[in-house]
Amino acid sequence: MNDLLTIAGKTFESRLFLGTGKFGSNQLMAQAIAASGSELVTLALKRFDPENRSDIMVSQVSQPGVNLLPNTSGVRTAAEAVLAAKLAQQSLETNWVKLEIHPDPRYLLPDHQETLKATEELAKLGFVVLPYINADPVFCKALESAGAAAVMPLGAPIGSNQGLSSATMLEIIIRESNLPVVVDAGIGTPSQAAQAMEMGADAVLVNTAIAVAEDPAQMALAFKLAVQAGRIGYQAKLGAVKNVAEASSPLTSFLED
Amino acid sequence: MNLQTGATSFTQIFEQHPWADLAAQLAAITPADVEQALSRPGSGNPKDFLALVSPVAAPYLEQMAALSQQLTRKRFGKTVQLYAPLYLSNECINSCSYCGFSKEIDLPRIRLNREQVEAEIKVLKAMGVEHVLVVTGDFSETQAREYLTEAISWIQPHFAQVSMEVQPLPESDYRCLSEQGLHGVMCYQETYGPRYAEFHKKGKKKDFFWRLETPERLGQAGVHKMGLGVLLGLDDWRLDSFYVALHASYIQKKYWQTRLSISFPRLRPAKMGFSPDHPVSDRELVQLILAYRIFDENLELALSTRESPHFRNHMIPLAITSISAGSKTDPGGYANPEVALEQFEINDERSPKEMERVLQSSGLELVTRDWEPHFGLSNPTEA
Repeated sequence: MNDLLTIAGKTFESRLFLGTGKFGSNQLMAQAIAASGSELVTLALKRFDPENRSDIMVSQVSQPGVNLLPNTSGVRTAAEAVLAAKLAQQSLETNWVKLEIHPDPRYLLPDHQETLKATEELAKLGFVVLPYINADPVFCKALESAGAAAVMPLGAPIGSNQGLSSATMLEIIIRESNLPVVVDAGIGTPSQAAQAMEMGADAVLVNTAIAVAEDPAQMALAFKLAVQAGRIGYQAKLGAVKNVAEASSPLTSFLED
Repeated sequence: MNLQTGATSFTQIFEQHPWADLAAQLAAITPADVEQALSRPGSGNPKDFLALVSPVAAPYLEQMAALSQQLTRKRFGKTVQLYAPLYLSNECINSCSYCGFSKEIDLPRIRLNREQVEAEIKVLKAMGVEHVLVVTGDFSETQAREYLTEAISWIQPHFAQVSMEVQPLPESDYRCLSEQGLHGVMCYQETYGPRYAEFHKKGKKKDFFWRLETPERLGQAGVHKMGLGVLLGLDDWRLDSFYVALHASYIQKKYWQTRLSISFPRLRPAKMGFSPDHPVSDRELVQLILAYRIFDENLELALSTRESPHFRNHMIPLAITSISAGSKTDPGGYANPEVALEQFEINDERSPKEMERVLQSSGLELVTRDWEPHFGLSNPTEA
């Protein structure tokens, strides 16, 4: 398959990224990662001990072919996010970071002012920054200028399983963005993931829907296939949706009389 | 029962909800009110909460359990966090009639010094504990500031998350302690009802409104997490818990960056032989916990070792997000388990490792670390 996704010069065959929170055990998480075929898996800095290199969580996530994407979940400011990225860089030996700044602990919605500041600073320090944001097309442009490597707009609030409630804005972002667009958060079913891919998203990130499923590994497989199907559907160019039936006797046929 | 907008403090809201009026409202709840509350989980409406804790909701317990479990999994996943209390002192200037640390009780008083605290830390770390809850009796305000500042500086470097359950402090103290890395503060009102003065006759704790405004000061000081609750058994648990919900609802709108945690300590026999006038049964406690979850799916709900293994095994998967295990409730108790000066009796002696296995059998993971201790320090870039 030659349809590769490229972010900051790195190529991925899989367009499904996985989050690693909320699993019932590290073992179930590891099985789900394997079944998903994902090559990019997020890991919250706050969940492991950066000074302990044999941390169990880290070792379970680290599988062949899987790249770690540390996230800054828990920080409330740009300064804390920059610190988090540096700590993650030291312990995981990666300069990639998923920037999450959500000072609101209930809906976990991103703070754009702080996100912009942190993106600028981290990009200057040489980090590959993937910011989690609201589906705001103008803000995506600001992040492009600030040096982000991709944008990660939300479909709906984290963990809500509400699907693409921001669809109208996502479509604009996908159309206008020069950066890869990864739809993050809110995707609750494989069909919603397929829908995001049909829309033209470059990838999706899924966590809760897989972690909380009764059989996480099977659900991960379902998402893998849905993402592939959605991508192929997008590439095959969907037929235009028609609002009216085409009349078999054309209304303007009188012109031919 | 919408919260009046423009209220500048919780005291104003509190005064709009007299205890006697609420008792009348509680008595007027109908099955239709309960069904409405069940049809809009997460409404955050204290009136819905009142319906869910009412006696009328008792027949809906099974339905509430299913709903609560579903909400908990969706919001928190298949994880439960671990913490352990770290008792530093049993000195106390108060005479609370229900408490094993009351100054009226003749028992040896201890305040751990640095060496003793470090001995405790060593045992806790070996148990795999990363989140600790520092507990003390009440000191004078000056002594509290001095001792807690020192103690937090001894403890904070060793753990991912340090919270505390101590006397109410001024906002400036909360601010300083947060800058030192204190993560959260639990401060329970004990009771919001008219009998508060009866239980708290002496000491600073007499001042009901100083305690009532504590969450406000915590919000102003920007602590990451605050804990609310009442001591179940002191007065009518349904009414008392309603005020907790009312308080939570007020705090969440005003201090929207703060996480809220609720506890439901039930009175157990303490050394003075206090027997609660309003004991709460297992069935009632289950109803209360489920009501909190359905009221607000974002609340952290903590269940301590006051409760039995049987109760905890079954209740944790339904609503709980954080548990203690292996707890000692006497200062120095981890390093010196043979000395018994505990605040309350432990009903569940299982260690964190054992709890990990128990949760595993329910498909849940016990999470020991969920915080990066550098977050929230006064100057994180220098950490």
